[in-house]
Amino acid sequence: MLTRLIGFILLLLSGCAQLPLRGTGDLGLVIERAAGRVAIVESSSNRILGRVDGLGDLSHASVVFSRDGRYAYVFGRDGGLSKIDLLRQRIERRIMQAGNSIGGAISQDGRLIVAQNYEPGGIKAFDAETLELVADVPATWGSAGQRSKVVGLADLPGQRFAYALFDAGEIRITDLSNPQQPTTQIFAAGRQPYDGLVTPDGRYYLAGLFGEDGVALLDLWQTEQGSRKILADYGRGSERLPVFKMPHLRGWAVAGRNAYLPAVGRHEVLVVDTATWQEVARIPVKGQPVFVIARPDGRQVWVNFAVPDNGWVQVIDTLSGRVATTLQPGKAVLHMEFTPRGEAVWLSARDDNKVSVFDTRNLSRTATLDAEAPSGIFFTARAARIGF
Amino acid sequence: MRGSSLLTLLMLMPAPVVHADDRAALVRLVRQDCGSCHGMTLKGGLGTPLTPQALREKPVESMAATILYGRAGTPMPAWKSMLSEADAEWIAGRLQEGFPEESR
Repeated sequence: MLTRLIGFILLLLSGCAQLPLRGTGDLGLVIERAAGRVAIVESSSNRILGRVDGLGDLSHASVVFSRDGRYAYVFGRDGGLSKIDLLRQRIERRIMQAGNSIGGAISQDGRLIVAQNYEPGGIKAFDAETLELVADVPATWGSAGQRSKVVGLADLPGQRFAYALFDAGEIRITDLSNPQQPTTQIFAAGRQPYDGLVTPDGRYYLAGLFGEDGVALLDLWQTEQGSRKILADYGRGSERLPVFKMPHLRGWAVAGRNAYLPAVGRHEVLVVDTATWQEVARIPVKGQPVFVIARPDGRQVWVNFAVPDNGWVQVIDTLSGRVATTLQPGKAVLHMEFTPRGEAVWLSARDDNKVSVFDTRNLSRTATLDAEAPSGIFFTARAARIGF
Repeated sequence: MRGSSLLTLLMLMPAPVVHADDRAALVRLVRQDCGSCHGMTLKGGLGTPLTPQALREKPVESMAATILYGRAGTPMPAWKSMLSEADAEWIAGRLQEGFPEESR
């Protein structure tokens, strides 16, 4: 209580005086999507430090962090891109960069912020310092020159960015090492890629396919080999269930040598060996997986689900390859984020207006924080990871 | 074992019905769950915009059919396991006139 009071007083003082010295390695953001607001959180003591509002439509908002962990770049659905100072707890800069946006990425050197857009379809690069536009790369395809919705944007080593074109069925890699002259490579991927990921080592890009079974795989060290299909027959012979929410992919899918991927339209998590890219297992789960996220040490993989099963979360033990525990952490669990070394996981329960913190060793709840319709949770440790 | 038999049981049971009179629940479902593709403001995303301007020309019955049975070749799923015909028609009608906000 006393420490909270002191913290509060320090916060008040920080508005008019010098900021108290502190790092940002244990900070993060929780999106309060309906309120157009974010909560700045701290995972060492499981608390909300403050809030920043005025961020527009934050449905499907996502966040990347500056490499010093001080600034958060929030991509809103309405095309808003906001740079937030986590220490001063305020918007540093804010622009409207598109009509309809789905997320973004930060370059290897931290100097470029890149947004992926549905409308107008393409990617745009901005100066991380000023948010001035430095490159506009439309996702133009086909003979009529139409533009595709862009999904699955990921930073690659060498100031490059990989992304997928939902409408065109392509993977593209744009090299922004000279932002005045971006160059783009195009690869056929398959029908309707819905999201993508780069493996944590930066070597492979994967695009999950919605319009057909399978995942497109591109070896970024040997792009001349083109993209190939893996897990191509995982749904063969059975009717796909209606997909009430698109699954999400990111480098968190990799645990040890295996990647754990959501099966589209099936109550399964697919396990693929990243050395051979062969399927090694299918793990039955409670519903249609949305996020399949490995604890940083790779021993557990946590899974949440689309409606109507979004009150459940399951924990896969990667040693036995089975679901070890089924939890009911709250109503409408939208997202999960591990602390940097994985001793805790934060879960947002939208319809409970709560964020819960779980101890990942004994799977007990250690804290609950109030947040209005929380969705994404993003910790600054992402700043140091390829693909985040 | 117990988990899998429970799962089988759940799959055999009829899906839960959102009653037509529970309009707050329908508004929430449209804003939050349809919103994950169409945007919470319904201005579109991976899914098409569901604004009155976008839907003006569309007959309510065909919109309700899209809600219930989905749209082949697109990610739009069939919601008939979660919504009744009355629910779908109510949603389609409200979309056309400007969908209500959630009460907070």
